[in-house]
Amino acid sequence: MSDTQHHATAFVRTEAIPQREPPMTAAGPVKWIKDNLFSNWPNGILTVVAAIFIYYILAGALPWMLNGIWTTSSLAECREVLEGAVGACFSVLTERWNQLLFGFQYPNELYWRPALAFVLLFVAAAPVLFFDLPRKLLIFTALYPFIAYYLIWGGALAVPLIALGGCIAGAAVYQRFVKDNFALGFLGGIAAALVFWNIGGLLIPETANDSSWMTAVPSRDLGGFMLNMMLGVTCVSLSIPLGIALALGRQSSMPLIKVICVLFIEFIRGVPLITLLFVASVMLAYFFPPDSTVDLFLRVVIMITMFSAAYIAEVIRGGLAALPKGQYEGADSLGLDYAQATRLIILPQALKISIPGIVNVAVGLFKDTALVSVISMFDLVGMIRGPILASAEWNGVYWELLGFAACLFFVFCYGISQYSQWLERRLATDHR
Amino acid sequence: MATLSDPPQQDTFRLSMLFNDTRYRAFTFQGIALLLLITAIAYLGSNLAANLRAAGLQLGFSFLYEPAGYDINQRLIEYDSQSTHLRAAIVGILNTLLVAFLACITATIFGVLAGVLRLSKNWLVSKLMAFYVEIFRNIPVLIWIVIIFTITIAVLPAPRAFRGEDPEATMLLGAFAFTNRGIYIPGPVWGPGSIVVVLTFLASLVGIWGYRRYATNLLYSTGQMLPTFWPSLAIFFVPSILMYFIMGMPIGLDYPELRGFNFRGGIQIGTPLIALWFALSIYTGAFIAENVRAGIQAVSKGQTEAAGALGLRPNRIMNLVVLPQALRVIIPPLISQYLNITKNSSLAIAVGYADITATLGGITLNQTGRAIECVLLLMLFYLTISLSISAVMNVYNKSVALKER
Repeated sequence: MSDTQHHATAFVRTEAIPQREPPMTAAGPVKWIKDNLFSNWPNGILTVVAAIFIYYILAGALPWMLNGIWTTSSLAECREVLEGAVGACFSVLTERWNQLLFGFQYPNELYWRPALAFVLLFVAAAPVLFFDLPRKLLIFTALYPFIAYYLIWGGALAVPLIALGGCIAGAAVYQRFVKDNFALGFLGGIAAALVFWNIGGLLIPETANDSSWMTAVPSRDLGGFMLNMMLGVTCVSLSIPLGIALALGRQSSMPLIKVICVLFIEFIRGVPLITLLFVASVMLAYFFPPDSTVDLFLRVVIMITMFSAAYIAEVIRGGLAALPKGQYEGADSLGLDYAQATRLIILPQALKISIPGIVNVAVGLFKDTALVSVISMFDLVGMIRGPILASAEWNGVYWELLGFAACLFFVFCYGISQYSQWLERRLATDHR
Repeated sequence: MATLSDPPQQDTFRLSMLFNDTRYRAFTFQGIALLLLITAIAYLGSNLAANLRAAGLQLGFSFLYEPAGYDINQRLIEYDSQSTHLRAAIVGILNTLLVAFLACITATIFGVLAGVLRLSKNWLVSKLMAFYVEIFRNIPVLIWIVIIFTITIAVLPAPRAFRGEDPEATMLLGAFAFTNRGIYIPGPVWGPGSIVVVLTFLASLVGIWGYRRYATNLLYSTGQMLPTFWPSLAIFFVPSILMYFIMGMPIGLDYPELRGFNFRGGIQIGTPLIALWFALSIYTGAFIAENVRAGIQAVSKGQTEAAGALGLRPNRIMNLVVLPQALRVIIPPLISQYLNITKNSSLAIAVGYADITATLGGITLNQTGRAIECVLLLMLFYLTISLSISAVMNVYNKSVALKER
């Protein structure tokens, strides 16, 4: 044996060969390109086609954007400056940014108010969106609707204060009775709030709006992207509780309540939003008391809220159905009644499952707020199609304006969907 | 002496039991709900009656039979300004269905292409498709409709560009004219005997279906495999073409021609229809792409590997194992996307396409002032469409649902 070993050793290398670089085609960018772009013939052709497509888009768009003019006061001047060269006329944005964002009737000197409300929105939304923040911030979130109302509409301070007082009264009654009986606390809270509002409403004098130092701005003066934001935020936040109620109602064992909820949800989901907006603009006024003047903004909020509540109800119903049966049975076996089981066991889990769906509905709803331009409200799209493109200075500046609107919507919608993906990863408690 | 089997002692009824006893609570709540509902309906109804009285209006649908007095450019049936509002509404319904049908087909094509390509191993293509999906999903469809309408108007030449000895624009193949007033394509002219050709074509479709059924039955009973693709193609084309020549070429084409300032003849597809069609299909295509991607990813890799282990070839694995399972996931959201297309087609009003929302809910409403009736009819139409599509979908879902044993 040792003999063969002796022979073998002659061929054994005594020192290690230094590591060599892999060949050019098996490492680095060349390998990456070969694997990902030109792995076979069809793939290579696809790559070339895609590259040509991207080239054409960029070749068209880049010179136009880079050559853009930002400082003229009308399209005609823009064309003079460009002297026939390709270039965008972004000066419409610098000239009319205030109309695009706030509408054309909101008083110029008051722009700081909606702007401040917008900034505060992020402060108010932060504790809802990120659970790590201190819970005490939720107090500000609860106050935010009243602050925002006061900032945007102005007028008498008594209006938001009485609204807030009614909510506090309702919450106090609810807290007092909820330990004995949920239904009693819930209905009692609503009744207390309604009583408080009615009494408070009598106390506000008719002339309160004129004497206040925050100038009152009527709803019809709201416009621009501000209107989209307001409709989106208001309707989504109002429709989540309504949607939960509808979803629970649809799962309910009480036939009458179930039938009402099913009819409502299926009816709303069966018609396009635009017909509901028609209802808001031309039909809803017939259903209010003859002398009342409910303004268009409120009517639109009512209809859009109903619309998104129906969709959110379906999402939450999915969450309720996805919950394992053992959770319902476990809650029953602990001796919890329906309200306790729903509040403490079922809803927290069902809502967690339905978060991605709710965010989807919210994004869709935010996009759909652009439809109010069809019933001649001057939101962002309405401003562009109406006053700005119709003006003598800017007639014909389609790309810059529509591109700006598209960018604004994209930033917000993409941001929300990215947040929802982050939240989904964050909330994933299983399959680690 | 009380035993366990005795019926429980009947308590005397107390008022608080309406809230606290589960036996009666359901009745209390439903009673409250019913009361609220009746109050709300009565309140709204009395307001409606009072408002109508104040405005001197009466609800009624007789206005539908009055002459409409407005013109509609894009129409599938005969219509002029002397026709009734009802006929205008029917023109609108047909236009809605037309654009919804066209957009469903193209959206499916865009969506399937983008969804499959997004899963491709090609980095550039998959990133490009991800970009397409994100861009189109996150911008309102109304903005897309307006943008595409503007492109069509701005980029395509006016009909007068086709005039003269040395025109700036020429017709494609001498038959298709792309102008900013719309696309003009040749229209068919049905001569005598053309019905026979059409019937032959329909019969050959039935023939293809019968042949495929026969091939499948033969395969299952004897294991003998017949080719299906080429025979199907042959049955599709050969009999119809033969019959076309036998009958002496009865179907001709009517080419669009430039007369005066506009094209005459052929079929005109107006710019609003094109903008709406394209915008809806490319927007919804982005959503369908995501559904398709989810459906394909939902089929676990084990299925493909198991089919491979059984000795199936790649295209048979795709057809017999992966696709049937992926379609089960894809089809329900796909149909709800079709529903969305139908509902979103109501945005036609933004570009002046005469769909049901623009005729009944727009011009008719404004001319007659019959807001309540018009909006109710409009809702009824969309509700009918939605409910019938979801009924079809439920039947389909039942038929493909996993049979749990």
